Amino acid sequence: MGRILVIAEHDGSELNPSTARCLSCAGDFSGLDCDVVVLAKDGKRVCEQAATLHDVSTVIRIDHDANEHALAAVQAPQIAKLAEDYSHVLGPSTTFGKDLMPRVAALLGVAQVSDIMSVISPHSFQRPIFAGNAIVTVETRAQDMVVATVRTASYQATADGGKATIESRALDVELPTHTRYRGTSGSGDGGRPDLQSASIVISGGRGVGSEKNFALIYQLADRLGAAVGASRAAVDAGYIANDHQVGQTGKIISPDLYIAIGISGAIQHITGIKDAGTIVAINKDADAPIFEIADIGLVGDLFTIIPELEKLL
Amino acid sequence: MDRILVCLKRAVDYNVRIRVKTDGSGVITDGVKMSVNPFDEIALEEALRIREKGETGEVVVVSIGTDACQQQLRVGLAMGADRAIHVRTDQALEPLDIARVLIRIAEAEKPGLIMLGKQAIDGDNNQTGQMLAALWERPQATFVSELTISGATATAVREVDAGLETIEFELPAVVTSDLRLNEPRYVKMPDIMKAKRKPLTTTELEELGITPQTRVTVLQTAAPPARQKGKMVADAAELVAELKRMDLA
Ligand SMILES: Cc1cc2nc3c(=O)[nH]c(=O)nc-3n(C[C@H](O)[C@H](O)[C@H](O)COP(=O)(O)OP(=O)(O)OC[C@H]3O[C@@H](n4cnc5c(N)ncnc54)[C@H](O)[C@@H]3O)c2cc1C
Repeated sequence: MGRILVIAEHDGSELNPSTARCLSCAGDFSGLDCDVVVLAKDGKRVCEQAATLHDVSTVIRIDHDANEHALAAVQAPQIAKLAEDYSHVLGPSTTFGKDLMPRVAALLGVAQVSDIMSVISPHSFQRPIFAGNAIVTVETRAQDMVVATVRTASYQATADGGKATIESRALDVELPTHTRYRGTSGSGDGGRPDLQSASIVISGGRGVGSEKNFALIYQLADRLGAAVGASRAAVDAGYIANDHQVGQTGKIISPDLYIAIGISGAIQHITGIKDAGTIVAINKDADAPIFEIADIGLVGDLFTIIPELEKLL
Repeated sequence: MDRILVCLKRAVDYNVRIRVKTDGSGVITDGVKMSVNPFDEIALEEALRIREKGETGEVVVVSIGTDACQQQLRVGLAMGADRAIHVRTDQALEPLDIARVLIRIAEAEKPGLIMLGKQAIDGDNNQTGQMLAALWERPQATFVSELTISGATATAVREVDAGLETIEFELPAVVTSDLRLNEPRYVKMPDIMKAKRKPLTTTELEELGITPQTRVTVLQTAAPPARQKGKMVADAAELVAELKRMDLA
């Protein structure tokens, strides 16, 4: 029998919701126990959070000064060392996991499976290719360790209520010093819900027209308690920061409600919202491709529709 | 640094609407337009700009695959690369084997930087650069939207979920490009002519002593479940009524 190791994503103090989604995926490997590893400078708080998640056996705490910031080159050799005791190593398909997991796989001399969207058997999975325009069922060799990223939009967060034990460990591995973290600037978005886990997301596209006009999107989002997203065109035009981008090369999200405003519906954008519960599109062009996939479409000028919506909601 | 190695993958053009074969054996690629993977094109553009600033002597493009890959290498040469290396094979290599091949090339060429796209838009794996950096035991800067070279170190701004992360690393290193790193130049007709005279060497995969493996088998390819076109509403009031009916507002 095997055993699964899930790599926790966190910012030093808070566990990222992607970890609970990975655990849901791990739960689909019937019969395999699952541990979570937290690599941090001081992982106490994050480990405590991970220990409350459902179906975790042990939370492994690896404290090291070099783990203050998540650098793939530093974390990968530690995970590769830990992986010796496991049949499966899973990380989220967030930028954190995508950066790290292939490096882990290469150190272990195995393939990496990207973006698991469903588990068929312990060695067989479904994953999207061509921006989600095809879904492949893949199988890894039975003798190989499985190293994979989990497409977080395909999984709900696992429940709380677990009582895993926390076990501190020290690893005897040499860590490189060739890469140094210098800082992160994020929009933070003023305490609004996190785009990747929000239940409502309102996105603006090029049609919004300017950074100033994006205030309209934010107002509507605040009315609904929604997170704010954007198309690549809106990010490229400088209307909004890159961390809002939704799509093939941005965030893949699965909110209950997605409202696309002034977004044409390019295939690369649609990829990011395919798993949304309900998609609403507001666009002045009745022929915009977004209407082909929207559950509710409204043709009209966003500058008149948004104020009306605000009054009605 | 003496040179930058840029990896170019031949991939289905991003404007092509991909269709899945009815027998589930793959996607239809016959007669479909092929291009340089757009992320790789951005990596090449960045390498050329670094050379234009005098921070590297030459830019070498590499592609691994069938003879048809030479078309993409010629595009790279027309954009401004100095020479091209084609590693010929009819097998489709997995990212780990691509990384192993690139290590062989790196051992011979000793580049200061190896640049690639963060992902190829066909397989969407997002693995090769990271695997290459691991096997090379060198730094990796993935999803890069800004790159500055200063002597033996480099600074990269990375597009991460939380925003923009800055890292500093020693060269040699692997850098994978995100979309906002730059906008690739257009190739002009005279450049295409000039590119025909630039050196392109071909090496057989076997000559590099690498035997590719099949670690991941594709059992089936299917079309994704399609989202149905929903209903159109006439105005904001009707939209809100509909959302309320669905318990979403
Ligand atoms: C490799 C690659 C990766 C990519 N990745 C992504 C990605 O991750 N995410 C992404 O979004 N894109 C991505 N793109 C870009 C994508 O192809 C489109 O260019 C982009 O999504 C277009 O954004 P948009 O819909 O905002 O702009 P446009 O296509 O210009 O559409 C603007 C829309 O606004 C409407 N509009 C204008 N004014 C108004 C008004 N007053 N009221 C109502 N409607 C109005 C217009 O009718 C139009 O439909 C990628 C492209 C490539 C090549």
